[in-house]
Amino acid sequence: MTTQRITLTVNGMTHAIEVEPRRTLADTLRDQCGLTGTHLGCEHGVCGACTVIVDNQPVRSCLMFGIQAEGRSIRTVEGLADGATLSPLQQSFWDHHGLQCGFCTPGFLMLATWLLERETPIDEAELRHVLSSNLCRCTGYQNILKAVREAAKGLGKWVESAPA
Amino acid sequence: MGGIGASVRRLEDPPLLRGTGCFAADVNLPGQLHMRVVRAGLAHGRILSIDTLAAAAIPGVVAIWTGADVASLPPIGFRQMGLTALEPYRQPILAQGVVRYVGEPVALVFAEDPYVAEDAEELVLVDIEELPVIIRATDPIGDFDAAHGTEPTIIRKEYGDVGAAFAAATHVVELDLIVGRHTGVPLETRGALAEFDDATGMLRMHGASKVPHANRLAIARMLDLPSERLHLHEGHVGGGFGIRGELYPEDVLVCLAAMRLGRPIKWIEDRREHLMAANHSRDQRHHIRAAVDAKGFVLGVEDTFFVDQGAYVRTHASTVPDLAAGMLPGPYVFPAYAAAAHVRLTNKTPAGTYRAPGRFEGSFVRERLMDAIADRLGMDPVAVRRINLIPSSAMPFDRGIDALGTPLVYDSADYALLLDKFLRHLGYDALQARLAARRAAGEHVGAGLAFFVEKSGLGPFDDVRLELYEDGRVELITGVASVGQGVDTSLAQITADQLGLSYEQVTVTHGQTDRIARGMGAFATRVTVMTGGAIVLAAAKLRQRLLAKAAELLQQPMDSLQLRDGVAGPTTPGPAIALPALITACLAEDGTDRLTAEATFESGHMTYPYGIHLAVARVDAETGGVSLERFAVAYDIGRAVNPLLVEGQIQGGAAQGIGGALLEEFNYTDDGQPLSTSFADYLMPSCAEMPPVDILLTEDAPSRIGTLGVKGAGEGGTTAAGAAIAAAVDAALGRRVPITQLPITPARLRAAIAGR
Repeated sequence: MTTQRITLTVNGMTHAIEVEPRRTLADTLRDQCGLTGTHLGCEHGVCGACTVIVDNQPVRSCLMFGIQAEGRSIRTVEGLADGATLSPLQQSFWDHHGLQCGFCTPGFLMLATWLLERETPIDEAELRHVLSSNLCRCTGYQNILKAVREAAKGLGKWVESAPA
Repeated sequence: MGGIGASVRRLEDPPLLRGTGCFAADVNLPGQLHMRVVRAGLAHGRILSIDTLAAAAIPGVVAIWTGADVASLPPIGFRQMGLTALEPYRQPILAQGVVRYVGEPVALVFAEDPYVAEDAEELVLVDIEELPVIIRATDPIGDFDAAHGTEPTIIRKEYGDVGAAFAAATHVVELDLIVGRHTGVPLETRGALAEFDDATGMLRMHGASKVPHANRLAIARMLDLPSERLHLHEGHVGGGFGIRGELYPEDVLVCLAAMRLGRPIKWIEDRREHLMAANHSRDQRHHIRAAVDAKGFVLGVEDTFFVDQGAYVRTHASTVPDLAAGMLPGPYVFPAYAAAAHVRLTNKTPAGTYRAPGRFEGSFVRERLMDAIADRLGMDPVAVRRINLIPSSAMPFDRGIDALGTPLVYDSADYALLLDKFLRHLGYDALQARLAARRAAGEHVGAGLAFFVEKSGLGPFDDVRLELYEDGRVELITGVASVGQGVDTSLAQITADQLGLSYEQVTVTHGQTDRIARGMGAFATRVTVMTGGAIVLAAAKLRQRLLAKAAELLQQPMDSLQLRDGVAGPTTPGPAIALPALITACLAEDGTDRLTAEATFESGHMTYPYGIHLAVARVDAETGGVSLERFAVAYDIGRAVNPLLVEGQIQGGAAQGIGGALLEEFNYTDDGQPLSTSFADYLMPSCAEMPPVDILLTEDAPSRIGTLGVKGAGEGGTTAAGAAIAAAVDAALGRRVPITQLPITPARLRAAIAGR
């Protein structure tokens, strides 16, 4: 199988790599860029463990080819912390026990990072709607929801839902 | 800080949050080859030929193996609860002439690249002559092979005079109940990487979990290798739930290939493979009868059930039917009891344990029975349960049968107290009144409640070694494992508690067979009880040494001194000495760089936590859809090391129980083709399906095993979920459509509503 030379921009760093056109973005990030924080849970776009942010949109990196990401801005879990300092969302996951085995965590962190960076305020229904696109098998979700909710409050992005 | 009882945040989390964790797929070695498994596409048949020519011609393919290449290796043996009668049903590491389920490993491709390995796998042509397929455990007994039928054994547990109970009964209540096939499905699939160093003769396998020491011995035996030449290493593990870490064919195959091919061999399972190759679970059909007196007291119970073991008997052997039969009576007196578990082989994926094995099924069956008794006698479901509970005055309560090879003796419990506390916590009467009012207004809503008894702390032993360094840091080395549940933090808290340190000063090393000689591993909710027990003993030795030295230096009697907050000093204000100085003084005497203490904790009994689940369900009578408005768990675990982590276990366990009750099911066609091989077909709860889980944690019945009082908390979030949800759906439909099968899918419920 022939390969193609491409340059990927991941977390602000450029990676000049050679990759088969059929290789998924997830495999490209993991194998060619050495960024193994992006995990593969199903490889068919359901579980969301491989979620990364491409040009400010959350993307299942198992459903996109590496070469399709050329020229775009890719963000992965490795880019969230500022040196030793965790992002407010990462810190909130730690404080609220928002992870157990940690395998789905990078996907949830990237999905929720995108959610928290949007202009629109977040309420409970929107939080559940967005986070229901990823699967976790350990936590029962309660503490993931709490971690994102508390981070949103800290960032002034939270609104209480109107009473039903 | 961070001793026993503190809800501290986890030591494990920072690398997992940063994306720098090290899961099996994250490990790579120079020169590694990628293994891809060619799997059977038919459920039962004779292999006529395997054509590998086209696959072998693909550039990058290094080797292809079939069953003939590994014919000299024995099948995978039993880790626990082995029975001679089950031995002919063990699984070979590659099919030997016959395939018995879709997904069975038939051949292997080794290639330079995982994509190339997968290309080649698709070109391996396996010609199979079909044989008759058995798809249900209750189908007529067939042939496993020429010499063995598909019912290897019937496991029986009985006590009391069941015949007399039925002769004396006022009512006989009978139910036929089905628990569907579902399983753990961790988010990380399985994976392994083996490397062989020809110079030293050392074989190492990365990606181990759950029971590394047991698997080390088993692999060494299968490969005919001295065990000191093999080590297993556990990295981060993406969820266990019973299914992960058992010895599977692929683990043995990567090790064998690393030796034969002289290169590291990496194997990462894909999700489709996982759903048809890793252990399934549950899948039982029970016929249960109860002899009941006029007041609702159960005089005796008789249960006959069929366990769909799938195509082979794997490492768990008889564990699941044994636990189902042994623990079915739960918290009730049941003066006479007889269970017969028919273990049946079928042409489906082999089954093993999954969180609350045997108890999820048994609790569903028993609690459905209690609801049916309440219905028959016109009694309140809570009242029927209450009069049948074993009183706390009867503790310890010996059932007179065994479970997992240990005598089934409930060590401590106050079931009625927990029921009272839970009903008060829930505002149960007001809740029922609100639901009745909503039903009267036309809504289909209802609440259901179910008891469970769990077990934890399976022995027979666990070892620990504590190594205390000059600066006051401690390394705890244990032969248990972590599957992501927070082992490091909770064991660090126990260690810190015993040595008067901060839990952040403790490093926990587990899952490394080259760091400690033996270890039982992490299963059966055993770690906190068994390893915790060993830590107490080892820490006492260190404490003794340190306080003796402190007594000498401070010129105080030793029994007036304690270790607290990193200082050795008197219990009343007075001169004290900081731990590092004290350790330095001891090390100077010993001429070593660390103080070491080892201990073994042994136990021949398990300890039995217990609890109650409550579900509030709303049914859409048009679609048959069930949504949960509320889910609550009361759980007495004796003593909680870290309530935050315990609650996390219960919440996660509840999600899995809810999945098994409403969503998750492995379906097959009549010819044995699996229909649930993607996450689009095998449905697990997302946060949209999960109600908030309300938890009442109590510590009224400390364990009598060891000195900590702890009972395990890992499984009770799952155990009675199916039972409680079934009862809630019953109540929502005004008890007109008794729920007798899990999962309660919309199609099944709609058909039941239409058919009544």
